[in-house]
Formats: sequence, structure tokens, C-alpha cells
Amino acid sequence: MSPTFEELSVGQDIGGRSIEVTRQDLVKYAGASGDFNPIHWNETFATGVELPGVIAHGMFTMGAAVQLVSDWAGDPAAVVDYQTRFTKPVLVTDTTGTGDAGAVIDVSGAVGALDADARTARVDLTVVFGGQKVLMKAQALVRLA
Amino acid sequence: MTINPDLQGRSYPAAEVYDVGREKIREFARAVKATHPAHFDVDAAQGLGHPDLVAPPTFAIIIAQRADAQLIEDPEAGIDFFRVVHADQRFTHHRPIFAGDRLVAELHVDGVRAMGGGAMITTRSEIFALTDGDGREPVATTKSSILVRGEGQ
Repeated sequence: MSPTFEELSVGQDIGGRSIEVTRQDLVKYAGASGDFNPIHWNETFATGVELPGVIAHGMFTMGAAVQLVSDWAGDPAAVVDYQTRFTKPVLVTDTTGTGDAGAVIDVSGAVGALDADARTARVDLTVVFGGQKVLMKAQALVRLA
Repeated sequence: MTINPDLQGRSYPAAEVYDVGREKIREFARAVKATHPAHFDVDAAQGLGHPDLVAPPTFAIIIAQRADAQLIEDPEAGIDFFRVVHADQRFTHHRPIFAGDRLVAELHVDGVRAMGGGAMITTRSEIFALTDGDGREPVATTKSSILVRGEGQ
């Protein structure tokens, strides 16, 4: 069931989830988005530009993190504004052929602000990889019934 | 290579039309690990009052990055694509993006700021849907900042 504006309060937890990421996921995201920068799929290239290894697209992390909000809102079209800053890379280890995750991103969200006139809730997302926040000021504005 | 400071205030007009297809929405949704039925099932989307499949909240990045490519590939800009780091991103939806939309993007360079040997460039894409009779309906505004790292950064 979708939440209604009246039942929300600032600070309310909207839940969380873990996102497992593999190198194959980055190849899929590259194809789906059209962003073929080799730092997201080629180890030699990535280390050649002084990165520790292949890193996830910031837009992969931003796009995957907001699913928590879409599902909570009950309609992805309710997300009317979504922003973030990319502060740390998500390093994705090569686990090809093992079935293991190459990285795990933990996402949780809470209601950060409410606007009664607009009937919107700002959901603040906390997005963590390897014990560090990888997105800062990750905020989704949700229009509610 | 240095960033051209005269980029600030420059605009690139809407170029090619982007046709939003159902399978592209499904492909992008799977790629960001979305599971909401409104991205996959037309009946589910229409049950929520939408005309067709709803694109995920960050789908507009496809259109925005195509627009950004005009700037990055502009030889006058002096941007080395391989030294570009995505610093921040924002999507403001004036209405959702649906399958069947025909979208165009106008790119605006809102800011250019020297940072060390590199530069922080802020761009904005105004995305419109083409409507019957040559009209344009505002759909989304995307803003992004990219850091172009200087040598040794």
C-alpha cells in the first residue's frame, strides 16, 4: 500500500535494502545507459587512470538506490525530483564465474522533510559501500496522495 | 589541454529526437535493478493512471548524457572525456517519462569554474516531449556537474 501524506512524520524510516553488484551488472548498465567509459568495465584502463580498479557508474548507484523510494511510494512516477553528489567510488571486484557479488551497496531511507502545501515528502537516502557513504545529499522528493 | 572559459553561457539546441520505447524502459529498469511493475507491465502502469510504461526516475540520464556529449565532443571545449568525473546530478520531473514519448533536449552550460589544473562544469538539459502540431511540453530538467581533472589530478 502506498503511504498517504497524513500518516508520515519527519524522521520516519522507510526501510532499506542491499544491492549486490557484479562486473556483469556494470556491463548491462553501460549498454542500457549508453555510458561506455572503460573505467566501468576494463581493469587495465581503470588502473591506468589511477583508479584502484573498475568502479561502478555513479549513475548506476544513483539509479539503483532510488528503487527503495519507488517501491515505498507505490508508483515510480511519484518521484518528482531526485538529486545526489557522488563522493566515493564503488569498487567492484571481478567475481566473474563465481556467482559472488563484486560489491554490496547498502541503501536506507528516512523522511527528511514534509511540505503540506505541495503534499510532498523529501526522502533522504543513506548509501554506503565498504563502510563509507558513496552518495551525499541523496534526496528524493515524492508526491503523495 | 585547458578548458575553454568561454563555454559558460553557451547553449546547444535540441538535436536528434529520442523515441522512448517500452523495451528500452524495461532494459534500463533491469539495469538499475528496478522491480516495480509500472516499468514492465503496461496494464500495471495503466492501473496507476499512466498512459503507458513509466520510465525509472533516472532514465532521463540517457537523453541528458547524449546532450552532454555535444559539449564534451566539441573541439572548442577542450574537454578530455577520459579525465571526466561525475560530481553531482539532479533530475526534476515536470511530468513522468512514458513509453511512446518523443523527447528532445536543449543543453545549457550554466557554469565553468577552474579547479586546480582542471575545471568544474555545470550543465543543464531542458527535456521536452514533442506534441502534435509542432508543440513542446516540458518533461524534465536535469542538472549535472562534471569535474575535468587536470594533469596529475
